[in-house]
Amino acid sequence: MKDYFAGIMAVLWKDVLSELRTKDILLSVFVFSLLSLVIFSFALRTDRATVAVIAPGVLWAAFAFSGILALNRAFATEREKGSLEGLVITPVPRDVIYFGKMLGVLLFMLAAEIVLLPVFVVLFNVPLDVPRLLLIIFLATLGFASVGTVFSAIAVNTRSREIMLPVLFLPVVVPVIISAVEASARVMAGEPWDNLSVWLQVLVAFDVIFVVVSSLVFEYVLEE
Amino acid sequence: MTQDRLPGRTALLSRLFLVLAFIGVMVSLALIFLWVPDDRQQGAVYRIFYYHVPAGLLSFAAFAVVFVASIAYLWKNNRAWDMVAHSAAELGVVFATLSLVTGSIWARPIWGVWWTWDPRLTTMLILWLIYVGYLMLRAYSADDTRVSRFASVVGIIGFVDVPVVFFSIRWWRTQHPQPLLKPGNDFGLTPEMTVTFLIALAALSFLFAHLLLERLAMRRMSADIQEIRQALSAEEGA
Amino acid sequence: MNDSGPPAVETRRLSKDFGGRRALRSVDLRVRESESLTIFGPNGSGKTTLIKILATIVRPTGGAVTVAGFSLPQDALDVRRRIGVVTHQNYLYDELTCCENLTFYGRMYRVQDLPDRIRTVIAQVGLEARLHDRVRTLSNGMQRRMAIARAVLHNPSVLLLDEPEVGLDEHAVNLLEDLLARLNDGRRTVIMTTHNLERGLRMSDRVAVLVDGRIVYQEARAALDVERLRGTYAQLAGARA
Repeated sequence: MKDYFAGIMAVLWKDVLSELRTKDILLSVFVFSLLSLVIFSFALRTDRATVAVIAPGVLWAAFAFSGILALNRAFATEREKGSLEGLVITPVPRDVIYFGKMLGVLLFMLAAEIVLLPVFVVLFNVPLDVPRLLLIIFLATLGFASVGTVFSAIAVNTRSREIMLPVLFLPVVVPVIISAVEASARVMAGEPWDNLSVWLQVLVAFDVIFVVVSSLVFEYVLEE
Repeated sequence: MTQDRLPGRTALLSRLFLVLAFIGVMVSLALIFLWVPDDRQQGAVYRIFYYHVPAGLLSFAAFAVVFVASIAYLWKNNRAWDMVAHSAAELGVVFATLSLVTGSIWARPIWGVWWTWDPRLTTMLILWLIYVGYLMLRAYSADDTRVSRFASVVGIIGFVDVPVVFFSIRWWRTQHPQPLLKPGNDFGLTPEMTVTFLIALAALSFLFAHLLLERLAMRRMSADIQEIRQALSAEEGA
Repeated sequence: MNDSGPPAVETRRLSKDFGGRRALRSVDLRVRESESLTIFGPNGSGKTTLIKILATIVRPTGGAVTVAGFSLPQDALDVRRRIGVVTHQNYLYDELTCCENLTFYGRMYRVQDLPDRIRTVIAQVGLEARLHDRVRTLSNGMQRRMAIARAVLHNPSVLLLDEPEVGLDEHAVNLLEDLLARLNDGRRTVIMTTHNLERGLRMSDRVAVLVDGRIVYQEARAALDVERLRGTYAQLAGARA
């Protein structure tokens, strides 16, 4: 058991260290989210009244699309140097590799999203109930990372990898996006906790189901 | 090589299905246009549901087959299962397309719009997207065992997602009410409607089974040809 | 050399199909413990596939494979603990230092006394001065030596090398040969593939030739000289080379 977690931590440490050196994922997620927010502002022709209505949707559309960028990079280093094989030959259970990579991606996406939040508040003038919003962001991003890690590993091994990842990823995470938007909208409107609960339940259900399923099928993606 | 494209008994079965499908379609069309009464609320237009709903059900069944076949392939490593999954996915997308198109045609005269965010229709759309992704994955890769494994993984994740998608869209819909796509809000089928519906369902099911067997046969033939090619090139080499 | 006892590596009727392509047809191989086997073969003969199957990277389609006493693919985890692998790709992370790379793999392999062990292997490959430099800054030859350090870090009983000389200049290849000779302390089983007949013969106890996915020739080094090997190889592989 101790070995199991040690393996996960080793993979996570390696990814975090690499990322801190290049800041690849963090920068691309942040910059792309920012760009998305700005473009959406122009595209949706918002005035004071409509801003509140579209704000949660815009936020999560930006997070979903930049999430794809992060996932694209998740296995990039491994692909370039063939290091994925290097991971495959290590004597660890395959789901150790899954959890290590997934936690890394989760961390990077969360970091960029949290930095973006104040920018969002400023641009869209929304009130912020930080703890609740952070909970939603965490649960939804975990949902993204759970299946995203599997699809990223698949896409990296396919010809048209740039198109394959969003094509596989976005339809599957529709429940996450719906729930995140609905829950965020209620938080921004200051509604009571009860109104959010059904959406949080969907998020938690999605997370639990797909972390389990993904960790089980991941080994088949690594095999050759 | 044998004359039949499928091993004897299966070829016969496939042909039987085709015949039954043909009969079923003819009979159901007759019943739909000549026998069943109009719906109380929607009038004559609702008749499209006799093919719309079975198409949806069958595409769902197809994706269930993909799910089971994908698990079987990952477990047993038998290429036959992979062929079943691939063929079922193709049929599933075809029937899903049918379901979406007929749903759109149905919505237009009733609500004046080409699309309603009806929960079942929307779930079908997401399913369509997931399995089109499955087919794209197959198409954008070299034909080898890795792709089969990747596709199996997608087939499993996609199907597990279905209930989550359905419930999240349904709850989303209760917040943003949309037109409901059913023949009459108090959805009661008269006996004639039920019989006709079941016949149409049977007809489409037979068609589905026939197409699946034929598609499998085509895949098996392709695999045979490949093996022969390899055996020939090996002989040349030795 | 251990003549009696179970072989370190054994394959029986091993075959591998990649969907449309048959890479290995029926490979029978027995490598004794502590033996050094070099496999030659033209491009496309299946050398890399064979190494990758032994390295647990690729699953066999048919036949039986045993490495270090464990069967593949069932006991892959146990096999992985006991093998070290060096291929064209070094499995190193560019942005991390040599030390960090070795630390990572050391943790994955649960190597005891990791800092000491790192110091030992980095000295063995002659890269102590570059220990804290990022791998990106190393030359190809140095990166390959680092890859070897990574491969022997956990003291595997079987070492698998797939054309380790590829991408290196003459000087680097000489260094590599010296290094491998030093590391081959007589207890490790080594299986290597290479294009260089002379070098391969020099570094082995036994040689084999793989053509079109089949082993067509095996001979002990003692019974061969370079000329004879060259002639035999040209004959066997000539049409395909």
